[in-house]
Amino acid sequence: MAFWIEFVQLIFIFELMKIKLLLFGITRDLLNANELSFEVLENINVGDLKKELHSKYPQVENISSYAIAVNESYANDDVKLREKDVVAIIPPVSGG
Amino acid sequence: MSKTSIKITSEKLDLNYCYQFVTDASCGGISAFVGTVRNDTQNKKVMQLEFSTYKPMAIKEMQKIAEATLEKFDVQKIAIHHAEGLLQIGDIPVIITASAKHRKAAFEACEFAIDTLKESVPIWKKEYFEDGEVWVNTHP
Repeated sequence: MAFWIEFVQLIFIFELMKIKLLLFGITRDLLNANELSFEVLENINVGDLKKELHSKYPQVENISSYAIAVNESYANDDVKLREKDVVAIIPPVSGG
Repeated sequence: MSKTSIKITSEKLDLNYCYQFVTDASCGGISAFVGTVRNDTQNKKVMQLEFSTYKPMAIKEMQKIAEATLEKFDVQKIAIHHAEGLLQIGDIPVIITASAKHRKAAFEACEFAIDTLKESVPIWKKEYFEDGEVWVNTHP
C-alpha cells in the first residue's frame, strides 16, 4: 500500500505539461525561432520557468533583462502556469 | 461613444484622424505628440528602423495606458496609434493626441502616455546602420 502511494505520487510529481513560448525582438534572433513548444513540470511558476529557460537556452543570458508575459499580461515570478498557457519572453521594449 | 482610440498598423499613421477623434465641444485644447524617426543615434547614421510588436498584448497595454491617462488627468479623449514594420527617416512611428478642458491636463496626458508606452508596451525597434543592425536597449 505504502509503495503504491509513493508510486502514484511519483507519477504525479513528474507530470509534464506543454506551454507555448512566444519570442520577439532580440530573443527571436538569439534562439532562431518565432515560438517554441516548451515541456515543463505541472504547476511550476514563472520563476521556475525562467530557470528552465536559462538551462535549456543559455543564449538568453545575452540580453540585459527580460520580462515574462502569460496570456498577454505581464506576470511576476509567483504566477503559476497552466497547461496551454501562452507564455512570451518580453525583452526590453523600445517602442515610441 | 468611446473615449479611447488604440491602433497598431503597418500603414501610415493618420494625424488628422487622431486629431478629429479627440475633438470635443467641451474641450478648450488638444495636445499632440508625434514621434518621428531621427537620422542618427549616438552619432551613428541611421538608415531606417523596423518596429515589431506582440500585437494583441501591445494593444491591451496601450488600452491600459489610455484608461490610466483618462483616470489620472482631467482629459476627455485620447488616441494612441503606433506603427509597425519598416520606417524611413522622418516617418512617424507614434501619435498621441489628448483633449481636455484646460491645456495643462492635455500636455501632461501626452507626456504620461508616451513615457509609459516606452516603458511597458511590447514593441521593439531595430536600428539599421550602414554597417549592420541592432535591437535597441537589448545590451547592458
